[in-house]
Amino acid sequence: MSFDDAYGALTDHDDDARWAYGTGFTDPLAGVPTEVPAGVDAADLAAYCLMLGDDALIMSHRLQQWVTRAPELEDEVAIANIALDLLGQARLLLTRAGEAEGEGRDEDALAYLRDATEFRNVRLAERSDPDFAHLVARLLVFATWRLALLDRLAGSPDPVLAAIGAKGAKEVTYHREYAAGWVVRLGDGTDLSRQRMQAAVDAVWPLTGELFRPHEVEQRMDMDPSAWRAEFDAVMTEVLTVATLRRPVGGDVAGYGRDGEHTDEMAAILAELQNLKRSVPGGVW
Amino acid sequence: MVTIAELGILRDVREDADGVVVTVTPTYSGCPALHEIGADLRRALHRAGYTRVDVRTVLDPPWTTDWITEEGRGKLAAAGISPPGPAPRRSAGPIPLVLGPSRRVVACPRCGHADTELISAFSATACRELRRCRACREPFEHLKEI
Repeated sequence: MSFDDAYGALTDHDDDARWAYGTGFTDPLAGVPTEVPAGVDAADLAAYCLMLGDDALIMSHRLQQWVTRAPELEDEVAIANIALDLLGQARLLLTRAGEAEGEGRDEDALAYLRDATEFRNVRLAERSDPDFAHLVARLLVFATWRLALLDRLAGSPDPVLAAIGAKGAKEVTYHREYAAGWVVRLGDGTDLSRQRMQAAVDAVWPLTGELFRPHEVEQRMDMDPSAWRAEFDAVMTEVLTVATLRRPVGGDVAGYGRDGEHTDEMAAILAELQNLKRSVPGGVW
Repeated sequence: MVTIAELGILRDVREDADGVVVTVTPTYSGCPALHEIGADLRRALHRAGYTRVDVRTVLDPPWTTDWITEEGRGKLAAAGISPPGPAPRRSAGPIPLVLGPSRRVVACPRCGHADTELISAFSATACRELRRCRACREPFEHLKEI
């Protein structure tokens, strides 16, 4: 079997019972040391990995929902690839969370079997996008915030988190660039595109306050988000200025995703994400 | 065809007392090929006579296109995929945001002209961007610098 003939490879009959797109996905951290280093609290590590993993998982799910609905084929492919990058980060983070927790929960158990109140993502990730402008506004905010976070995470005392941070930062640099490009095109576009892009920025902005409200777990992990608020603000100001858009003021909404307080939208996401797995208990592909 | 060694995915192969340990690194966090690469490695090494094959993943240091060998770059170009230039150099402080048209000069792998434009930073896979040559008008893929 070789990679030369992809179609031949698919019909290659051996005792490895896979079908076309792969089954039995291996542990993404296979062979990566699993011990929690001294000086890192295992419970805090698990909780923090869940926060970052849930951010990526839920955001990825929302992005995946844009496949077949994007304005251009090239954007559909771009959005799908951004979603795939985030899904990969989610797999690594949820696997690490399960290892640190030490109760035998793997990435699938965490992704598919938790209820809404057990998810630790920021509510920005779960918001639905009424149009493409809302999507790029939300992705710009998310990617700018996450990039600063991952860059800082690369200095974590946990070697796995540090590696995820260093790797993820390179990928999210491209996500941010993609979103910023669209915000500029739509903002500095026609009167109609500017109006709709401004409406999207205005609608998304009230969810940015939550991104910088420090959680005690974040503080104990030395990842207090207020440390990169200035960097976030500088990028947002630059993009909005070039896009000829107004920077919204205030309007923080109550509620805190990091403590499991989610919007109604979360139920719809989880119904779609978890339904199949939950309806066949113990089932495998 | 480009090999995983030429792409810098294969990091190490080591025989020990009772088998072989292979170390690989993912290109992108979500790259679905790593599972297949692992399966293929196990098959190839079992066929070579090793009963115990251990495929391990390392995340650190993160994969970079700088690890693609000269041979690998040649094979990519021969397949019509523009090979990557040097990866972005990281300086102290926040990663800068670059707004505006792509500043990188990427030559067309078909006609060699330097006048090409970016269509999308993400193509059929996360690792490639889609470009178009303004001279011969053909689209082509370019391996993204990372």
